Amino acid sequence: MSRSFSAEIVKLVRRPSCWLLLGIALVTSLTFTYVLPYASIRSGTGGPNSDRTLPMLLPDQLVGNSLGGLPIFLGAIVLIIGVLVVGSEYGWDTWKTVLSQGPSRLEVYAGKVLALAAAALVVVLAVFAVGAVAGTLIAVTESQPVRWPSIDDLLAGVGAGWLIAVTWTMLGVVLAVAMRSVALPVGLGLVWMLAVQNLLAGVAAPLLDWVAQVQKGLPGPNAGSLVAALGAPRDTPGVAVVVGAGQAVLVLAVYLIAFVLLAALLLRRRDIG
Amino acid sequence: MEPSVQTEALSKRYGGRTVVRDLHLIVRPGEVYGFLGPNGAGKTTTLRMLLGLVRPSAGTVRLFGRPPGAGRLADVGALIEGPAFYPYLSGRDNLRVLARHAGVGMDRVALVLDLVHLADRADDRYAGYSLGMKQRLGVAAALLRDPRLLVLDEPTNGLDPAGMADMRQLIRRLGAGGRTVLVASHLLGEVEQICDRVGVIAGGRLVAEGSIAQLRGAVGLWVLADPLDAAVAHARTLVGTERVRVVGGGLELSVAPERAAWLNTELVTAGVAVRELRPRERDLEQVFFDLVEKGTADVA
Repeated sequence: MSRSFSAEIVKLVRRPSCWLLLGIALVTSLTFTYVLPYASIRSGTGGPNSDRTLPMLLPDQLVGNSLGGLPIFLGAIVLIIGVLVVGSEYGWDTWKTVLSQGPSRLEVYAGKVLALAAAALVVVLAVFAVGAVAGTLIAVTESQPVRWPSIDDLLAGVGAGWLIAVTWTMLGVVLAVAMRSVALPVGLGLVWMLAVQNLLAGVAAPLLDWVAQVQKGLPGPNAGSLVAALGAPRDTPGVAVVVGAGQAVLVLAVYLIAFVLLAALLLRRRDIG
Repeated sequence: MEPSVQTEALSKRYGGRTVVRDLHLIVRPGEVYGFLGPNGAGKTTTLRMLLGLVRPSAGTVRLFGRPPGAGRLADVGALIEGPAFYPYLSGRDNLRVLARHAGVGMDRVALVLDLVHLADRADDRYAGYSLGMKQRLGVAAALLRDPRLLVLDEPTNGLDPAGMADMRQLIRRLGAGGRTVLVASHLLGEVEQICDRVGVIAGGRLVAEGSIAQLRGAVGLWVLADPLDAAVAHARTLVGTERVRVVGGGLELSVAPERAAWLNTELVTAGVAVRELRPRERDLEQVFFDLVEKGTADVA
């Protein structure tokens, strides 16, 4: 498995689209978490983030600010990474090339899962790092004190962020394995994350009680609840307290394990090519 | 010695369609075996089953006597249904990634690139390779683990004539080193040039197996003699009228080729000058079409 892991890491690192997606994740996070709210505060104008005040952009709010995008926007990006890493093997017909070298399907799959878990961690750490730089710059510019969250809060934040990111990544993987392609899984994954989740939360749940109950078992609202518990701004799309943090962690962990196992089962049972 | 490849009653069905049926195949160590059949005959599906990419619906596969499971492909290299690599990596980096999966040293990468004459373009991106270069990279990947069995599916597909000749030469060279090579192809000439033994598959069934000479078979004798009329008359008294046909100034005799010496003596004794006497072979292409037609008709 370590051989497959190292091979998958090389493929991830050398793949331009992975860096492009990481760049988009960082720019998106920076723009919507820091740049636009700060510009709004400086100019005194209103807008979608008009509730944000200067203290909310300072380094001591790093954990919440870094996690805010994961339920939807950053989650969509890591989902795409998951689809690309597995779905491209179908698109380029490279499963046969790799498997002809002797490793078992599950060995290669385990290498991919571990590499994606590492990639999800890199994305989360990079978002934290960019947030730290942005928060510090704002604090220095505004002559505010630079205070940091405690190590425990940082670790909890990174851990929660990683759990959410790796769950979305594995949703991408299971969609890619199920549909044996790239385009359709990306499309369906994005429709789910960007449209269906929001419609359920914003339209259906307030109208129908059973939808509100179902929401408590879906990964998106649980991710939103987890990041809300860790200080993510409530005006961020997808961030809302639907369940407690403990339940959210548990539900996300169950989804993660289910996605990993389901994709493994499908990959093991089906013919290649 | 265990066969390099052995299948027993191997079958594959997709829904109600059977694409490989009851296939008994044996490839001996050290031989270059041609797996010949028209497009859609079941060649690639069979090869995919050998490699564990496709699960058989019935039957068994053994490679070097080993049943399916971990380590079965330890001595196997394969290029199945065209080369497939990561387009954003160079040829060399593609092989490096595969070498990691295979657990072989990076020194093998340079070695196999040299072997397929791709070393000077190895650092170009795969996406920019010509079809011939892609095919050669595919063969290089198949050779990474220095396998005892090399499985090549249509290795000359899409190559220009020079590329095809190069590829055939390479396959012959690889086979000459004691390695077993299993080449699937729909090209008669290709198989004839490089293979020691041939199996013909049609409609998912192995319809014939043997050397090219055995497949052609010797169906009679061809005689050029003077005077022709005397030769025809005497031949008809010797073997029967219905077994002698005059074709293009010569005689086609439907008799066993082993009787050539006897026939020669008889004709000469009768005062006929024999200018040419040789076994009459069937045209390989015709043999192939006959076998395929028969196999397809049997399945239908």
